[in-house]
Amino acid sequence: MARFTLNGKPTNAEVDAGTPLLWVLREQVGLTGTKYGCGIAQCGACTVHVDGEAVRSCAMPVSEVEGKRVVTIEGLAQKGTLNKIQKAWLEHDVPQCGYCQSGMIMAATALLAKKPNPTDADINASITNICRCGTFQQVREAIHTAAKTTKA
Amino acid sequence: MLKTRKLSRREFIVSSAAVAGGLALGFNVPFGPNVVRAADGSPEVNAWVVIRPDDTVVVRIARSEMGQGTLTGLAQMVAEELECDWSKVTTEFPSPGANAARNRVWGDYSTGGSRGIRTSHEYVRKGGAAARMMLVKAAADQWNVDVADCKVAKGVITHKSGKKTTYGKVAEAAAKLPAPTDVPLKDPKEWKIIGKPLKRLDTADKLTGKMVYSIDLKLPGMLNAAIRDCPVFGGKVASFDAAKAESMPGVKKVVRVGDSAIAVIADTWWHAKNAVQAININWDGGDNAKVSSETIAAMLKAGLDADQAFVHNTAGDAKAALDGAAKKVEAVYAYPYQNHATMEPMNATALFTGERCEVWCPTQNGEAALAATSEASGLPVSKCDVHKTFLGGGFGRRGFTDYVRQAVAIAKEMQGTPIKLIWSREEDMTHGRYHPVMQARLTGGLDANGQLTALKIRLSGQSILASVRPEALVNGKDPNSFQGYWPTGEHSFEYTIPNVYIDHAMRNTHVPPGFWRGVNINQNAIFLECFMDELAQAAGKDPLEFRRAIMSKNPKSLTILNAVAEKAGWGKPLPKGHYQGLAHFRGYGSYVAACAEVSVHNGNQVKVHRIVGATDCGYAVNPAQIERQIAGSFVYGLSALFFQECTLQDGAVQQTNFHDYNSMRIAQMPKVECLVMPSGGFWGGVGEPTICVAAPAVLNAYTRATGKRIRNFPLKNHGIEMI
Repeated sequence: MARFTLNGKPTNAEVDAGTPLLWVLREQVGLTGTKYGCGIAQCGACTVHVDGEAVRSCAMPVSEVEGKRVVTIEGLAQKGTLNKIQKAWLEHDVPQCGYCQSGMIMAATALLAKKPNPTDADINASITNICRCGTFQQVREAIHTAAKTTKA
Repeated sequence: MLKTRKLSRREFIVSSAAVAGGLALGFNVPFGPNVVRAADGSPEVNAWVVIRPDDTVVVRIARSEMGQGTLTGLAQMVAEELECDWSKVTTEFPSPGANAARNRVWGDYSTGGSRGIRTSHEYVRKGGAAARMMLVKAAADQWNVDVADCKVAKGVITHKSGKKTTYGKVAEAAAKLPAPTDVPLKDPKEWKIIGKPLKRLDTADKLTGKMVYSIDLKLPGMLNAAIRDCPVFGGKVASFDAAKAESMPGVKKVVRVGDSAIAVIADTWWHAKNAVQAININWDGGDNAKVSSETIAAMLKAGLDADQAFVHNTAGDAKAALDGAAKKVEAVYAYPYQNHATMEPMNATALFTGERCEVWCPTQNGEAALAATSEASGLPVSKCDVHKTFLGGGFGRRGFTDYVRQAVAIAKEMQGTPIKLIWSREEDMTHGRYHPVMQARLTGGLDANGQLTALKIRLSGQSILASVRPEALVNGKDPNSFQGYWPTGEHSFEYTIPNVYIDHAMRNTHVPPGFWRGVNINQNAIFLECFMDELAQAAGKDPLEFRRAIMSKNPKSLTILNAVAEKAGWGKPLPKGHYQGLAHFRGYGSYVAACAEVSVHNGNQVKVHRIVGATDCGYAVNPAQIERQIAGSFVYGLSALFFQECTLQDGAVQQTNFHDYNSMRIAQMPKVECLVMPSGGFWGGVGEPTICVAAPAVLNAYTRATGKRIRNFPLKNHGIEMI
């Protein structure tokens, strides 16, 4: 059992404490935008924000988010308005199959929150998600575009 | 407890339809004669085009969308001839069952071999053109005027008198008209939508988590399943003890799936996965359990010297020419097994009621998935259907139907309950359809002037067709093993050498092979293009000049090779420590080349700075998406080159997840500069061809940087890192 805030709403998950946050989101809450890719925190498809930090939810027991703020891909847009990363993603036509992109967008959003004008080296250090389609060039361009956007 | 939200019956229908692409075809809906209607009641002008009263144009897409952008390209082709407003175009996937019921009106659903656009461009354009003709005729009939006096642009029909109407207003009448028999197509010079770098049509939902992939499917009352198949291919379950698993939380049932697998059905997949792992299974791998990477390598090595082999390309007398050559060069290369590792693991949801069987799955071949559903359920095709979703990657893996058959077999054990089967990443990694293993011995003969006079290539390794489509073998030979080495055709050998002899000693194993993005052009391009650099070095010639000298009879190839060399600045001063390498190839009808620029640090750290990649694919339907396919194919190909190998021990694949089967990250991404150079007059593929030039271009650059030539892969086995 764990209580936490999910996309701004108080949430109560009555599951085994060891259940990974990913499966609580997908199978208990029903938010499937967060993806299963590897289950061992390698690929980043399951990336969400916990208290503003990008974390890999597949390897995080739900008990660890007790009392914390969890934001998923579904919680990024505010009142239907995409955040600046999502807008830049649209502008650069980033996704191919799109399966890894929720995690990619969550990682990029967390990066910009910490470093509003990231260098290529900053991007290399913090975006470690796997994309098998190979969208990296557009991901990088879109992050730089979003950084130049002053308003969220 | 947080409950999974239950869907109402209406929501179920809506969400099922959404997953199926919003399409539930009506057949005898009583709106009028001969009008077929989409789920929302809008009329079908023809099978490819539905027009809603608000002028929205729904284009039917038969091929699968797995990221490669075919959906957008096909819609562009229909829209071009339809003369509709691109901003009003949307798409849907007609189900394979509907295709079967309508005499395959949408043709082939198979999405592989870079065929999505190049083998359907004509009939989808005709679908758009025929619909336009019917819509304009309907308007002319309403106005009682001559069709020839009507024009159409962006879905607005205008008569010379100034009268106007829109597609949405005449669609009902158009749908009742007979289809035209003579449907001329535009000259490519007149294209306004084809050839434009338009944005994809399927992006918005991928940014918000709304896109429903098959793994995300929710159906009322649905349960989840996890599976363990015998780790040794061809092996079976000898015995198992599921007592512990059966008492674990959420578990509903433990089921045997065929001879070789055990599955657990549970309330959630997390519960199913934990339970299936808790089952104690004794496997019987049979003789296959004696096979290892070492035994396979030894078998292939013996094949390099075998007397019998399938010959596919000969010119002159290669043996005599090699014997008489001033200089002879020989090298042996080897290419490993590789897994597709799609980001979305294999999965499928099946609902078996006894009378019907429906499957929701991420398939690259809807018709094959339907046939598999029919076979596995024991029901005729007419009582089955497959609902296609967007795919979280495909790369060839999802043309196979193993996971569909498993899902149906499991669902049959719990009739009336939809069951979603998801493979764990570990199951996916160890039960692939692997890029086959191949070794090659290449022998080249140079004359006194360093000209290449003879080339012999002996391939030894696994055939995909022998396993997957044995009926496609030609007197036992697998022509696809020779991709890029064909005498003529879409995989032709593009060098003119007086004496050539290329053959293949087929050596098959128990490891199931599959079509893996690029298929056999991956290793064939590495073998040939690395060896070309070896020959150039032996001849004391520049690799570009050496290739040009034997490419003069193939102007399209020469143009592409020259283009990458020029754009990359071949032969010009480079930053200190930077070295370039070239590669050229032909595959899937397209002419492709690459020039890579690398530096090597501390002896083993390779930085790929830049790759110029070029393709002449005949026609470029969407250059922006083609550029993404070029860059994406380089990521897939270089991930394989540097990191990826599936090794076998005791008959089973040893790699289980991304920790031991790595894939490139953004930090390793080179700057990719694309040259999309369509010369017209033919239709070449896009998704695959360019993948094969990235690896040899990087390898050739590596050799020029270090003096070392590496001939077996991946590079991690040599202590080489990609930085």
